[in-house]
Amino acid sequence: MTPTGFAQEEKQRPEGWNRPPVIEPENDGDLLEVAMGPHHPSTHGVFRMDVALDGERVIRLKPVFGYLHRNHEKLAEGMSYLGSMPFTDRLDYICPLTNNWAYAIAVEKLTGQEVPERAQYLRVILAELTRVQNHASAIGFLIQEMGASGTPLMYAFKARENILDLFESLTGARMMVNYMRFGGCRVDATPAWLAATRKVVDELPQFVEEFENLLTGNEILMARTQGVGILPAELAINAGVTGPMLRAAGVNYDIRKVDKYGVYDRFKFRIPLGERSDVYDRFMIRFLEIKESLAILDQALKQIPGGPVMDSKAKLRGFRPKPGEAYGRIEAPKGELGFYLISDGGPNPYRYRIRPPSLINLTILEDMCLGQNVADVVLIFGSVDIVLGEVDR
Amino acid sequence: MEEIKAAIEAAVPGAGVEIQTNPSVSGQHSLRLAPSHAVEVAAFLRDDPELALDFLSNATGVDWPDKEIAEKVKVTRTVTKTVDGAETPVEETVEETKKRVEPGCLEAVYHLFSVAKGHGSVVIRMKTANRTDQVELPSLTPVWRSAEFQEREIFDLFGIVFKGHPDLRRLLMWDEFKDHPMRRDYVEPDDFEYEPTAHDEVMKRAQEHRAAIAAEARGDLASEAKLIEEGPGA
Repeated sequence: MTPTGFAQEEKQRPEGWNRPPVIEPENDGDLLEVAMGPHHPSTHGVFRMDVALDGERVIRLKPVFGYLHRNHEKLAEGMSYLGSMPFTDRLDYICPLTNNWAYAIAVEKLTGQEVPERAQYLRVILAELTRVQNHASAIGFLIQEMGASGTPLMYAFKARENILDLFESLTGARMMVNYMRFGGCRVDATPAWLAATRKVVDELPQFVEEFENLLTGNEILMARTQGVGILPAELAINAGVTGPMLRAAGVNYDIRKVDKYGVYDRFKFRIPLGERSDVYDRFMIRFLEIKESLAILDQALKQIPGGPVMDSKAKLRGFRPKPGEAYGRIEAPKGELGFYLISDGGPNPYRYRIRPPSLINLTILEDMCLGQNVADVVLIFGSVDIVLGEVDR
Repeated sequence: MEEIKAAIEAAVPGAGVEIQTNPSVSGQHSLRLAPSHAVEVAAFLRDDPELALDFLSNATGVDWPDKEIAEKVKVTRTVTKTVDGAETPVEETVEETKKRVEPGCLEAVYHLFSVAKGHGSVVIRMKTANRTDQVELPSLTPVWRSAEFQEREIFDLFGIVFKGHPDLRRLLMWDEFKDHPMRRDYVEPDDFEYEPTAHDEVMKRAQEHRAAIAAEARGDLASEAKLIEEGPGA
């Protein structure tokens, strides 16, 4: 990779409303080109932003990807449908269970597989627990990047650890869970597990309240985040931004409500929306979504029926879906996670594509950062909430 | 599907839209667009108040390599046979295996949804003429910004060249990489090329700098040795 493609791009930057604006430097002299990454502490992985600075203002920003690229899609084309399931854990390794679910939904659409009721409830419970721990750690990381080193992140990790313990006792692993199957879930939850989950869910509101009181009124946090990294709603929709980022821009679009996949139509929950679409809104949206997730968890734990967790007719191995294609998507904690599968009638998928919310939410990173101070780039980037395992796949 | 096709044809004359049915149980059928009118059709799909497909969720490529199809065909031909000592032409039906090659192509698939109306998905797809030299398709990035990185990824991994894309560079592989890894006939190279980094220039300058210092030090040593040899008084 050449250090920066700026000189070449300058000549051919086209006009159009959905392009990032061109910002004129105020000071004389050359722009300072900085490569933030691939080992910048704020990226939580290997990701580079080539930034051109005029003083402290960002004039241009180019994200550079591919440091963690392992071509998961190509690997999946060479193995059976079930063989890719453990690999999906490694996409967004903070939320492996929602990755499992998205893949299972896509294959279930392709084969017309039914899922038993109890498995649907278990999926909802696990997905909402995943959302809670993802949002809590996303908030922790964001504050960490602001300079509050350690304390808020460890608060979030304390709550996350309780949830990971639940995952471990159910699936056998904290993160690499490999839990869902086409037509259900791998193992049933015991009554003891459900009781433990109930206990964790009952304790979580206290954590959320404590965490919220600790952070939301903080003057430094407000000064650093309010009015920073504004993303207009129209651009957010056009750029395919999904998840808390989109809802912070005030757009009411949640796939749990739109598609009503699983059994989400049976729960009462609200969609929190932002007003100003800045970093503070994205931070607050995650708090509110945690609360809504807790409401769903409460209802799901009350309603969960008995019965099998696996469709007895479901074939796990060696099935050959009819030739055709299917696109299945869910509302993952980071945005819309979709799987697009093409079958040619063989035991392996002919084409296996992941729609990664982390990558597509970064499309407008440059737009949000232009004209801001370089210290705010770290914050804006943190408010997008990405995981590099999913960006580079 | 039929309604969308009719609406497109009314809005964009000569659009050349075909419906491609999906035999899978998912029943997600798609519209095949002619590349020549694709941008107009895409803009119509986005701006039409009824459809309002303002959200391009997923864009991806598919590789369809040349397919050799072996078919058994019954062929009737006249053969001369000796019947009762006299040669007479006799008609005979023989089964023959005929091979024909179905030319391959690269395909770009887009999944559209509507945030405003909450409906979807509408799948649109375009095909290139072949897999080697005519791999150009119009870019839909001017219509939906979310195609920006995804079309870069398709260009990177499949080798479809998107005309009108504002910044068509490789996304995941490095710029100097030559092949397209997601193609079905991709063969991994024996040794991956050395990947240049942003620090090469700096490292080169540092090396030169170190060499210069070393040379200077050697020069000092030499003059010192000379001094000792010749003595201070010389």
